[in-house]
Amino acid sequence: MQIEVFILVDRIRSLSIENGLVQCESAVPVDSSIYLGHFPGHPILPGVLLIESMAQTAGWLILAHTKFERFPFLSIVNDAKLRDFVTPGMQLLLEARLLHEGSGFFKTSNRVLVDGKLKCEAETTFRVMPFPSPVFRENVIAQARRVGFPAELVPNAG
Amino acid sequence: MSTTFDTVANIISETCDIPRENIKPESHAIDDLGIDSLDFLDIAFAIDKAFGIKLPLEQWTQEVNEGKATTEQYFVLQNLCARIDELKAAKGA
Repeated sequence: MQIEVFILVDRIRSLSIENGLVQCESAVPVDSSIYLGHFPGHPILPGVLLIESMAQTAGWLILAHTKFERFPFLSIVNDAKLRDFVTPGMQLLLEARLLHEGSGFFKTSNRVLVDGKLKCEAETTFRVMPFPSPVFRENVIAQARRVGFPAELVPNAG
Repeated sequence: MSTTFDTVANIISETCDIPRENIKPESHAIDDLGIDSLDFLDIAFAIDKAFGIKLPLEQWTQEVNEGKATTEQYFVLQNLCARIDELKAAKGA
C-alpha cells in the first residue's frame, strides 16, 4: 500500500470474470506521515482510505469486464461499515464481488478482512466512461501489470 | 399484482425519499421530482433488478444529447414504464 500516492492495492491474488469476484492483498505501511495526525499515539488507517482501497479493488474487476476500454469512476458508496481498527503492519485481504452491470454503471459489494476477520464493508457504484486520455490508460495498464493482473486480460498499451 | 408504475414509483419513493403520493404517471423524473443523474443510477439498479432487464440509459442519454429524442420520452414515468414493459416483453420473447 503506497498511501502517499493513493495506490492502495499491492497485488491481485485472484480475479474471475465468470464468478464476478476479485481478491487483492495489501500491506498497511508500518510508517507513514498520515499517522502523525491520525492519530498521535494511536496510529490507525483512516476509514476513507479503507473505502478507497475497496473501490480500487472493485476497479480492477470492472476493468476486466470493460477490457480496459472504459474506466470506472467511483460515484456512490452505500452502507459503509468500519467495524474495527486497521493498524500499521496489518495484511489486508480485499474482496470485491460484482452485483450488477448496468448501462454505463457497475455496482459491487466489497469487504476487507485481516486474518479472516471482517474489518469493513461497503457497496459501491461506478460510472464507466472512456479513458479521458491515452496517457491515463497507459498508466492504468502499467499499474495492472504491477499488481499482477491476469496477463491474458491485459491489453497492449496504445 | 402491482403494476409496473407501482413498482417504479415505490422504488423512486424509497431511493430518493420522495413521498409516494407525489409520484404520478405524468411526473417527469428530472423536472418534477428533481431526480439527478446520480440518483438515477440507484433507481436504474433497482429497476434492473426488479424486472430482470437492463435499462439502456447510455443509449437514451445519447439520443437526448443528439436531439433525436426528448427527455419526456424516457423520463416521464408513464413513458418510462412503457419502455420497461417493452424491455420485459422483449426479454420474454
